[in-house]
Parts: sequence; structure tokens; C-alpha cells
Amino acid sequence: MPYGPHTTADRERMLGALGLTHIDQLFDDIPAALRASALDLPPPEPELELSARLRGLAARNRTDLVSFLGAGVYRHWSPPAVDQLLLRGEWYTAYTPYQPEVSQGTLQSIYEYQSLIGELVDLDVVSASHYDGAAATAEAALMACRATRRERVLVSRSVHPHYRATLRTYFEGRLTLEEIPLLENGDDAGTTDIGALETMLGDADHPVAGVVVANPDFLGLLEPMARIGELAHAAGALFVAVIEPVSLAVLTPPGAYGADIAAGEGQPLGIAPQYGGPYLGVLATTDALVRQIPGRLVGMTTDLDGQRAFVMTLRAREQDIRRDKAASNICTNQALLALAASIYLAAIGPHGLRDVAATGAARAAELEAGLAAIGVERLHRGAYLNEFAVRLPDARTVHRRLIERGFLAGLVLADAEPDDPALADALLLCTTELTSSGDIARFVAALDEVLTGRPSVGVETGAGDPAHPVGAAR
Amino acid sequence: MSAPSDLRYTRDHEWVRVDGDTATVGITQYAADQLGDIVFVELPDAGRDLEEAKPFGVVESVKAVSDLFAPISGAVTAINDALGSQPELVNSDPFGAGWMLTMTVADPTQLDDLLDGTAYDDLVAAG
Repeated sequence: MPYGPHTTADRERMLGALGLTHIDQLFDDIPAALRASALDLPPPEPELELSARLRGLAARNRTDLVSFLGAGVYRHWSPPAVDQLLLRGEWYTAYTPYQPEVSQGTLQSIYEYQSLIGELVDLDVVSASHYDGAAATAEAALMACRATRRERVLVSRSVHPHYRATLRTYFEGRLTLEEIPLLENGDDAGTTDIGALETMLGDADHPVAGVVVANPDFLGLLEPMARIGELAHAAGALFVAVIEPVSLAVLTPPGAYGADIAAGEGQPLGIAPQYGGPYLGVLATTDALVRQIPGRLVGMTTDLDGQRAFVMTLRAREQDIRRDKAASNICTNQALLALAASIYLAAIGPHGLRDVAATGAARAAELEAGLAAIGVERLHRGAYLNEFAVRLPDARTVHRRLIERGFLAGLVLADAEPDDPALADALLLCTTELTSSGDIARFVAALDEVLTGRPSVGVETGAGDPAHPVGAAR
Repeated sequence: MSAPSDLRYTRDHEWVRVDGDTATVGITQYAADQLGDIVFVELPDAGRDLEEAKPFGVVESVKAVSDLFAPISGAVTAINDALGSQPELVNSDPFGAGWMLTMTVADPTQLDDLLDGTAYDDLVAAG
């Protein structure tokens, strides 16, 4: 079979068979306003000049800022072995081979990924893998609908706003998605309103398929996951926990508090923050729901000679075989990123991961104390791990002025949740093991200077201290 | 082999055995042979109302997953629990131990629309 392109004569014959005269007629169903217009490109440039211009554009990226930004993507130290091993030719494809069983090494790496994540989340089955945390969360919600044959999912407003937007996209026009409000006052302010959840679950005319809650949540707070799981199960709904994998080294894993499905972003496991990805969607569930989980699953078995062998399993539910009835048609395998997560976890080990999580949490407590000393208070009172919100009048201006001083002061919460008055004047700040005590002291001093308009005494201000290179954004 | 003459058949290869006001449902030998080794059968809970020609479950073999279609309307009265641990019964004895569920017959006239053994054999022979 020749793989040459179609000739003009070929195309004319095909169009003729369709009774068309121009290829654009194939796209007549797409409204004109939505069609791609001609690309408005400048004239060609010599390579040297083009390279210089692109270097100039790249130089406008700020990589020198001391970052306190998390909000779903987290900076961590990654052993150099991770990136080095990913470059090996044997691994360097994003996909699972189409004759998978002849590639035992690839299947073994996927099996090890599933095993490592399974241990972290304390659930039976892990799929390998999904686009990102948002896609994995949407798939988890769809699993709940299929398994319960119900069509209504409740998602806490404390789940990342991007994830909720993705859920809305997946649900639009076919399933019902409702948001559980957050408590506005008291010690548990900022976490899921349990009373409201109970009322929503009590609507017998519209039974709930699944309840989706994040821990830690988008605002960094810890949610009463076991209690929420009990309420969901009492109403016959499944409980979906949105997780951050590093936190599971120190927090109770989803399997231990009764979650039926865990979904989350695998980026913190050895994958550098990258604007727009590629990232790694983690999805795990119980044996009872194994036939509902989309994506690739690798199993371990023995071959005819009794030797250990790895196989693709439950393939028949996937889109190449099941077409429109597949468990998911918005699904791919992020094998290279899953491999990065596996190498990271294997290299750093369980104790190392605990150190990463605990150090990030200790730095956050240090940051909270430092901010309190200059009169900047947390927005909420509940327990947090390594990320929390602070109340700051005119947060956006403060954020901009701190960038001028070399600090990325987390996320302006009003940018993420513009419609939530409770988050109008607030920054979401995050620390990890890459945040040094010196970074914190200099950040607090710079913030004090911005807020009071006079230089802070006793602490040297300004970032870019070469003694603390780990604080630089990657 | 020819299809048993005491059963009724759908064009989607399910069979029905009517006994008074109860019907037993399974898939035919031809369907089981075409699917290959069956590894999982997903059946509805007892009590669920089935609607004629709508999917009620799924049969999964090593090479395909197929919907099961209700031959008639009615409520599920029992499912074959043995298939949970021994789905291969559908291959080894599709018209007997490989039965899938029993159900009520909501509208006996729907049975008239089903094929008899000879007509089903003709359907299979016609490919």
C-alpha cells in the first residue's frame, strides 16, 4: 500500500463522488464564525534572525522569582535520575505499544506505576493513565454515574475551579452537576458545607450518583473526608476523593476513609511545573468498580512456561474495540509521565516522600507565623497542610508589587474564583521543600514593605540570593 | 447445530423460554461461539424493569464486549448468580446452565414477534 499523498486528481475524484466541487464544502456545517481563519503570519525570516527573536521572547519569561504559587501545580525537587532515565530511547514515546505484550519492559513499568499509586491511595486498581487531574476527576464522576445508573453528581466548591469547569464540560447536556457550597463562617469556614450536602443528598426524586470532594481542598484546607464518605454511601452514592499525591505520604489515604474512587494530578511526583502540561491524571478505584474504570490496565500473570509476564487486561472495554460504548472516549495513556512518577517514587522512597510532605508543611507553618507577625492573617481557621489563603486588601496590587521585588506571591484568589465574595481580597500561598526559611523571611519582609510603605527593619530584603538557588522557579 | 425448537429467539441472538408467566433468557450457542471465551457477564438487579429491545446487560469475551437486549418487556425476577464466578457456562451450556435471568412477561403478544427455532436457524444461515 503506497503512503504517498493524494494527488489533485485523487481529490477531484473523491469530491466528484460526493457531488462537491471544493473541499471547504465538507465543513459547511460549522458556523463561519467558528472556522479557522487564515493564519496572519509575518514574512519568512533568516534562521539567525528568527532564533534571535525567539530567544528575546523566551527571555521575557521570569524564572528568577521566589515562588509561593501552588494552586494545583507544585514545585518539588526531582532526583536527576528521573529526567535522565526518561531520555532513554526505550521509553521515549508517550504511548503504549499496539502489540503491548511484546514490550514487556513497557508493560512492567506501567504495572509498577499502578502498584506505586495503588499503595499511595490505598485502593485496589489504578489505571495508567489520564491527561491530567481535571480529566481524571471528570472520568471518576462519570464512573459514579455508570455504576449507580444515576445522573446527578455533587461537587464541592472547594474542588479546584479548573476541575469543576472540566466536569461541567463533560456533563453538559446529558448529566446533572451541582456544586456543594462552602461554609462561610466559623472554625470550618472554607470547607464543604456538610449540612447543605445532607440536604442535597436527601432529594429522593433526584438520587445522587457521586459526591466529589478534594483533600487538601483548593484553598489548602483539610476536609472531613470520612464523614462525607459516610453521608454519600448512606444515600447510595459513590464517594470520589480528589487527591494530591505527595500529601498522601502524611494524610490518610482515600482507601482508608472509604472513598470508592480517587482522582488527582500526578504532576507533583517528579514532573516539573509546565504551563499547560503535559501532566498526569491519576485515577484509582476498588475491585468492585474495576469494569467502570477507563484507561489502560496492566496485569501480572504467568506464561505457558510458568514465567512471570505482564499483559494488558480488560482491553475489551476500550474505545478501539467498544467504540461509542467504551468506558471513555476522552482518554489516553500518559505513559512517559507515569514513568516519571514511578521513577520519582522509587528513587525518593516512602520515607523520602514523607520528608517532602512534612517539610512543605513545616515551611507553611513558618510562613503563617511570619505573616502573623506583620499582621497578615489567614483567611480560614481550619487545618491545612502546605497551602493556605491569607486576607489582603487589594491583593492584586500587592501581588504585582511583590513580583517587582522578585517574589511570586501565590495566586490572587479573585482571579480563580471571581464570583465568590468570600475570596475577594485574598492570596493563596504555598510552600514546599524547595521553600527555604530565608525565602520566607525575605518574602515576609518584602510584603511588610509593600503594605506599610517603609523598609522592613532587621531583615535583608530582596530575592535572588545566590545562597538559596533552590528557591528559584524551575 | 440447530436451535432448540422449544425456545423463542431474537434477531440479536438472545433466547427465551416461557413457562407460564415467567420467561428465562440467555444467549444462543451461535452468539456464544461468535464471542469466544466469555469472561464476564453483567446483569441487572432483580426487580429492575426491562423494556423490549433495550440493553439490559453486557457480555464480555476476551475479544469483545456486547450489549444484551431484552427480548420482551417485564421485571427481572432472578439472575443466574453462577455466572459471577463461572461465566464460561455461557460457552459450555448456553441453553441450560448458561441462562442469564428470569423475568415476568408484561405483554404476551410481544412473544409473537420472536423467531421460532427454524426461523432463527435460517437467520444464522443467512449470515
